[in-house]
Amino acid sequence: MSEYETVIGLEVHCELATATKLFCSCRNEFGAEPNTNTCPVCLGLPGSLPVLNERVVEYALRLGEALQFEMPAQSIFHRKNYFYPDMPKDYQVSQYDEPICVNGALDLGDARIGIERAHMEEDTGKSLHVGGGGRIHDADHSLVDYNRAGVPLMEIVSRPDIRGAEQARAYVTELRAVLETIGISDVKMEEGSMRVDANVSVRPNNREELGTKVEVKNMNSLRSLGRAIDYEVERQIGLLDSGERVVQETRHWNEEAGRTDGMRSKEEAFDYRYFPEPDLVPVRPTDEMRAVALASVPELPAARRDRLATEWGISEQDARVLTGVSGLAEYAEQAVAAGGAAKDVVNWCTGDLLGYLNETGLAPGALPLAPDGLAELVALVADGTLSRGLAKDVLNECLAEPKRPKQVVEERGLAQVSDEGELGSVVDGILAANPDDVAAYRAGDDKARKKKRGFLMGEAMKAMKGKGNPQLLNRLLDERLEP
Amino acid sequence: MPDRITRADVQHVATLARVALTDDEIDHLTGELGAILDHAAQVSALDTDGVPPTAHPLPLANVMRADTVHPSLDRDEVLGQAPAAEDGRFRVPRILGEAP
Amino acid sequence: MRSGELSAVEVAEQHLREIGARDGEIHAFNHVMRDEALAAAAEVDAAVGRGEDPGPLAGVPIALKDNLCTHGVPTTCSSKILDGWRPPYTATAVERVRAAGAVVLGKTNLDEFAMGSSTENSAFGPTRNPRDLSRVPGGSSGGSAAAVAAGFAPLALGSETGGSVRQPAALCGVVGVKPTYGAVSRYGLVAFASSLDQIGPFGATVTDAALLFDVIAGPDPLDSTSIPSPFPRVSPTLDDGINGLRIGLVEELTDAEGVAPEVVAAVERAAAALEAAGATVERLSAPSTTYGLSAYYLIAPAEASSNLARYDGVRYGLRVDGDDVADMNARTRGAGFGAEVKRRIMLGTYALSAGYYDAYYAQAQRVRTLIIRDFERAYERFDALLSPTSPTTAFELGAKTADPLAMYLNDVCTIPTNLAGHAAMSVPFGTGADGLPIGVQVLANALQEPVMFRVARVIEQSAP
Ligand SMILES: [Mg+2]
Ligand SMILES: [Zn+2]
Repeated sequence: MSEYETVIGLEVHCELATATKLFCSCRNEFGAEPNTNTCPVCLGLPGSLPVLNERVVEYALRLGEALQFEMPAQSIFHRKNYFYPDMPKDYQVSQYDEPICVNGALDLGDARIGIERAHMEEDTGKSLHVGGGGRIHDADHSLVDYNRAGVPLMEIVSRPDIRGAEQARAYVTELRAVLETIGISDVKMEEGSMRVDANVSVRPNNREELGTKVEVKNMNSLRSLGRAIDYEVERQIGLLDSGERVVQETRHWNEEAGRTDGMRSKEEAFDYRYFPEPDLVPVRPTDEMRAVALASVPELPAARRDRLATEWGISEQDARVLTGVSGLAEYAEQAVAAGGAAKDVVNWCTGDLLGYLNETGLAPGALPLAPDGLAELVALVADGTLSRGLAKDVLNECLAEPKRPKQVVEERGLAQVSDEGELGSVVDGILAANPDDVAAYRAGDDKARKKKRGFLMGEAMKAMKGKGNPQLLNRLLDERLEP
Repeated sequence: MPDRITRADVQHVATLARVALTDDEIDHLTGELGAILDHAAQVSALDTDGVPPTAHPLPLANVMRADTVHPSLDRDEVLGQAPAAEDGRFRVPRILGEAP
Repeated sequence: MRSGELSAVEVAEQHLREIGARDGEIHAFNHVMRDEALAAAAEVDAAVGRGEDPGPLAGVPIALKDNLCTHGVPTTCSSKILDGWRPPYTATAVERVRAAGAVVLGKTNLDEFAMGSSTENSAFGPTRNPRDLSRVPGGSSGGSAAAVAAGFAPLALGSETGGSVRQPAALCGVVGVKPTYGAVSRYGLVAFASSLDQIGPFGATVTDAALLFDVIAGPDPLDSTSIPSPFPRVSPTLDDGINGLRIGLVEELTDAEGVAPEVVAAVERAAAALEAAGATVERLSAPSTTYGLSAYYLIAPAEASSNLARYDGVRYGLRVDGDDVADMNARTRGAGFGAEVKRRIMLGTYALSAGYYDAYYAQAQRVRTLIIRDFERAYERFDALLSPTSPTTAFELGAKTADPLAMYLNDVCTIPTNLAGHAAMSVPFGTGADGLPIGVQVLANALQEPVMFRVARVIEQSAP
């Protein structure tokens, strides 16, 4: 394996979060009743004409600013011609040799990944395959819904600068964070609002010339992206090691089988016959449009990580987790703003809360416990009201049904007892009731002392029903055992 | 100037253009397209060094609309025009091959 | 009707009677909208009765080329592939003539998808020239030209890609206008070649055509290629005369291949009439225009091959079943398109395909630039240009159907205007030896329709 280098370029399509489609005023909406968001334009009816959505251009320019792109004086649309039933005009309006964004880059900390271009184009409709288990090849017939046809996409094409599955995942994670931060896309791989295709090739180490690339499609999560690349790399190395050639082709990732399959397509060379779209006029970003784009780019994930690491004194790793999950950094910042100690807030966010988010699929903004609730929880631990263990129980209860931590503490009488007098008499009672253990402690070696002390502490906590302040109990016990 | 169009070219173009042609039609088209392209080849022979192509007669740019929703069509009317429909969708014969 | 002596319903009934009596032999219409027309006319009469302004075209019957979308009314493009299609929307130009009070009588025949110069390429049979039933009316808007020439409607809408309004206007002896590209919204005009297509008016007179032009021209937010500022109106200055105007006679278009001497003579007589009316006339050369036809027969089919891809049997119109979706597409298109449409789809697909794009399509677009430059130079010196519209008078049905190139040559004088995106119109000016009408073409720079119409009006007034 180590004799080969992996070379990956990623093509990311992301749907833009506009109110309407790219070229018509139909709603851009996920999950509507089939074919209810359609009009003459997005159905490609004879005589209909496209009119460009200004928000799409605004978003494209914003992306341009965020990913350090050059944005040329003029960009135009082309038609990409091919027949497919989910494409109402049997051509896709896309951009070809004059895209809106060129020569960008994304910094991953340890690597800078070049981005060749980003362009605007329209999405296709969706087909449902009937019979044959819903798979395209075995289906009896298919049903087409054009609600998605004409939804605006940005296609973001990286240079072949990515060197493995891990880096590919890091690139997509960071790109997703950027798209999300600048507010132009929902970036949900599972819903298909972000789709990633990978051009994968391998080449012997120290060779300049690129190997034959294979385009791998149909990965619908970060996890499957990583698995698909790993599989494909091994497949290609296996071919080369056994003296075979890698064939340039498109392969589909099969999630259940855990492998890529060659696409069975009809014998028909694709020749897209690109030509300038005569129904649309050029886009020439004005100074004003560029200024608006620049002003609308908020703090990007990398800058935020740097700031949080400095302001909060947290690790690069923790900062990356915060910015890698949509909305998590905002949540943490709001909790800190509400008075929560930063490090404690981050610990909760990257630990228990993240686990809960992964489990439920919720977004941080939708957590039953609002950020100021987390700040409250953190304060209850800091002032000794709750032990860390009890705090976890309280958190779980706050997540199970929307409640404030203080409310849970009151209802369940969970407040930690820190009254020295009360705890002292409990300790005294325990020592009096267990004289043999006290004697064994005093006479024993280190090992025996540790054991006996643990027993006596457990008895005391039991007597307090777990609510005794553990630090205080420990001190009181020590004072009495070693006068 | 490109070579004269052959019968095989015509067949290939018919596949690209998704038009089923009879042998007779292919024969005719091979001759006719050849003659038309010969005439059109006048332009291929012209010296146009340094002349930019005109894709569009109008000098317009930045024609855009606001991102505002307008009502869509009535689905029954839309599907009423379809050769075949099922479950609120357009029905088509099985699709061989994924989208490119 | 305009003088208030007739009601709109009476006018509509009169025209519908004419159509009923004579359209059997002419076949100008694919579809007569009798009930809709009478209802629209009654609405105009009611508006007049209520004392409202019924609009500049109140009660005037109009015929629409059958490639203009009309909500709920068959729109066929004279193709089998659109069999049964009823659009769920209406073209902007049609909305405008209706809003102006015009009464739509029906949809007129055309060469399938506007591809042709004789209206013989119709899936529903040819239209005949009302002046001589053995002759073609020209095309592709032959049905609209014939409807006006036959007196079925004083006004009609057609569409142009390479001369499809002007040429049939010339052959039928009526006025036909190709507006500046972007003057009239293309929204709802079924596309042939998007960078060339433009809707244009037909009228029995220059004044009628001007009235219709003023109604349909102007910006439309639904067409990105429509000129965004209000379009200059032509009617107010129509009779201002041409004193002092500089008119150029385009040598290459007048001496073009196949132009009959009697047609050249008519153009020269028209030029003399313009001089007599106070204009100066000079000959000029625009050499690149001789490449117009060749460039056109690469550009238009290329765009058409893409525009007509959507007729695939999935969403509307004809479907011929097949084993799988690709097979169904190919069979549908094989059965649904006529010979000329297939020819152009094939030609355009070839011209755009890998390896040929630069030699054909891109090269044609560069020639287009040269043609535009020639015209720009001409318009530095001239206010309007003059040439024949069509090389000959109307020819016999079937005379050119076997030879596509011979048919294409009909448009040699008109095509350069479409490539340039400028304005031009045809005005009847006398007849040939066969007694059939000859058309003279007036050309003008983009947005210069007011000047063009003034010149056309003088030609009309001095016609023999
Ligand atoms: Mg794409
Ligand atoms: Zn739509």
